[in-house]
This record gives sequence, structure tokens and C-alpha cells, in this order.
Amino acid sequence: MPYPVEQNEKFTAYAHPERLVSTEWLAAAIEAGALDGGRLVVVESDEDVLLYETGHIPGAVKVDWHTELNDEVTRDFVEGDAFAALAAAKGISRDSTVVIYGDKSNWWAAYALWVFTLFGHEDVRLLDGGRDKWIAEGRALTTETAAPAPGTYPVVERNDAPVRAFKDDVLAHFGKPLIDVRSPEEYTGQRTHMPAYPEEGAMRGGHIPTAASIPWARAAAGDGTYRNRGELEALYLGEAGLKEGDDVVAYCRIGERSSHTWFALKYLLGFDTVRNYDGSWTEWGNAVRVPIVKGAERGTVPAAR
Amino acid sequence: MLGVMNTPALPAALAEIVDDFQALTEPERLQLLLEFSRELPDLPDRLKDHPELMEQVVECQTPLFLTIEKEPADGAAPDSVHLFFKAPPEAPTTRGFAGVLREGLDGLSAREILAVPDDMPDLLGLTRAITPLRMRGMTAMLGRIKRKVAAAAPRQS
Repeated sequence: MPYPVEQNEKFTAYAHPERLVSTEWLAAAIEAGALDGGRLVVVESDEDVLLYETGHIPGAVKVDWHTELNDEVTRDFVEGDAFAALAAAKGISRDSTVVIYGDKSNWWAAYALWVFTLFGHEDVRLLDGGRDKWIAEGRALTTETAAPAPGTYPVVERNDAPVRAFKDDVLAHFGKPLIDVRSPEEYTGQRTHMPAYPEEGAMRGGHIPTAASIPWARAAAGDGTYRNRGELEALYLGEAGLKEGDDVVAYCRIGERSSHTWFALKYLLGFDTVRNYDGSWTEWGNAVRVPIVKGAERGTVPAAR
Repeated sequence: MLGVMNTPALPAALAEIVDDFQALTEPERLQLLLEFSRELPDLPDRLKDHPELMEQVVECQTPLFLTIEKEPADGAAPDSVHLFFKAPPEAPTTRGFAGVLREGLDGLSAREILAVPDDMPDLLGLTRAITPLRMRGMTAMLGRIKRKVAAAAPRQS
């Protein structure tokens, strides 16, 4: 049975308020014993593989995006059996309410949430503001690694189509809106990786033709929480020019920053069809016979070949 | 002695660290890296107040700054190089790598540091657990240390 949904003014304005919880709400839920019996499971997912070990929300389990959600051989996400084993080991059952949080305004948390969505996990939510807000508010932390009782998780086949776009899907998507969430320097092609991040080895710099540039962090306020509905509408409906009912694809460099934007479009603004192109620039920038646009202009739909 | 045979070209302190890592299981290696991150000393005041003296390792995923100081040879004692790192507590992996390099290389001569193989970080057995992307930061750190040491000292010291 899902855990009750949080009600507050900010969340109520969103299309799917049940997808977010606040730090106050989570602290109160933990206090009330929600973690007992696995009805509510708190998951930390960070960029830094050791950050959880330095201190985390009491009772939270860790999911490492790189080593636990990816299959290094197929260059894909894990399959249903591995996901079921992972979830069960973390104390997650199919009907558990899962609250995910992490560092860097929830980049990796949003990415993990998106992967849970590929497996159709029904009730998975983000902690608004993530790890940094929890710590900034002086809330409880522990270095004790959680050892939950195993959950019961069925083997569910991953269903990519509703929320995941592949390169061919993007090629077929031309004419419909694309959002590029990378930095302006990556968008124009001045650089192929984030400032202060390692070179990822993309052959070309630029963006997918017609993509609007809305860097992911613009959806976040200073404290790492999502901006309110009005602000998000100004950004995506106003600046990016999305219209109600649009079919949208978001991308970045490897799909993690665009998960943050995917979440905002899908659950906060309520676009039904939003897909994250996780191959992103790492794939597109290197792909043979795939067009790009350099510079600040969005560019036009490439002629079919 | 097996470990020593595996890592013949490393200075003693660094070889010992590599052996420690190699003797552990993967989860234990991460714990050891976490301990190194905790033990990374703060910067001395003369560097704390002068960030311009530090060089940023842009290949790391989080802000990491480093610098070296060289003490000239004194009589029979060879020259020695001291290493200084600055990395935020919210970047424990980066701090852990910095801690390994500091404990393994601090106080050695320029010649000894320059002789450390560039792929030494791979010997820690962390590549699978940490991922190649994250390992790249440590390799870059070692590369920058060696470049700074080479610039500060003629090769034959």
C-alpha cells in the first residue's frame, strides 16, 4: 500500500504532486516509523560513490547509478532479474513507496528514479532539495549502513518505450520539440563536456538540430528544490516554446542531467509523453551520418536522407 | 612478498598502500579509500589564504586543487617534495585519491616521484567499483603532480 501523499501549497500546483516529498515530510514520516516493514524505503543515489558512507539519512539505503543500475557488457540498464534482485536486497518490494534523494540537486537521484520508472515501479518520489537541503537544515545523519530485511520484488521486464528514447527515435522525432539541458558552452559546441568535468570523448561539439537550450539547473532554485509551477512554465512553455500536449525528448551528455528535466516536464508540468535520450551527446556527437548544429541558433529540421 | 613483486617500480610507502588495497575485497577497498579521504590533512595557513598558488585538476568530477613544495638536497639527504591537496568533504572519492597520493608520495625525492608509473592508480583494484570515469580523476592528479615536480626540478637532482 502506498504511503500517504504530501499536501502542501507548492506541490499542489504541480501536475503530479504525489511525486515529490519535502524534507519536513520525510523527517516526520521517518519519525513516525514509516521505514519499519519496508512500506517506505529511502534511497540515496549520488554522483560520488563514497558520499553515502560519509553520512546519510538514517535508514536510507544506497543505490550506485554506475555499478548497480548499468550493465557494463550490454551498455544498457540492468534487466528485470537483476533489478528485482537489487530492489529486494535494498528492502524494496513492488508496492513500497520509494523516496530517492542525492547530491547535486538530485541529478543522480532523478536518474535513479527514471530507471525505476523503466521497470514500472509505481510509487517512486523525489526528496525536493535532496541531500544538500537535508544537511543544510541540520537534520539527522548517520554513518551506519542500513541493513533492511529483504523485500519481495517480482521480475518485471523493463519497458523503455514510454520514457526512453534511442538514437533512431530521436532521428524520427525531428519536427517535434527537443530540450538540450547541457551548459551553453556544450550547446554551442565550444566544448563537449561540462566545465570542470573530464573530457568524455565526443568527436563533435554542438547540439541536435532544433533543440532548445534550457540548462537543467534553471529548473532548480538556490536550495536545490524544484522551482514552482509558474517559474517552470515560464522556462519551458515560455522560453523553450513547448505547448500543451507536446511530445518531448530531453537529452544531455549521458542522460543524468536530462533525467532532472524529464522529471520536471513529466511530473511537475504534466507532459504525458516525455522521453529521456540517455545516449545523449556521448552517442549523438560521435554517431556517423547524424546531423548536428553548431552555435547558439537552434537550427532547422534536417532534410531526410 | 607477492605484493612487492607485483609492484616493483613503486616507492616503498606507495607499494605498501597498493598491497593493502589489493589484499582487500572490493567493498573493503572502498572503505579504505574512505579512510584515506578522512585522513587528508588540511592545508597549511600559508596556502589556505592563497588559492592562486594551487592548481585545479579539471579532470576530477569535483573541485580539487593541488600544489607541491620542494626542499633542496641538504648534504647527504636528497631533495624532497611535499604535496598539498584541497578537496571538499562532499567529494570523498576525490579526497580519498588525494589521500593515497599524499601518503604514498609525500617526502620523496623528485626523481622517485617522476619514476612512479602513470597507470599506478589502476593498481589499487578500484576500477570496477569506482568506474573508469571516476578513476580518470586520480590518474590526472598523478599526472599533474609529476608535471609540477618536473617543472620545479631538473630531472637529475
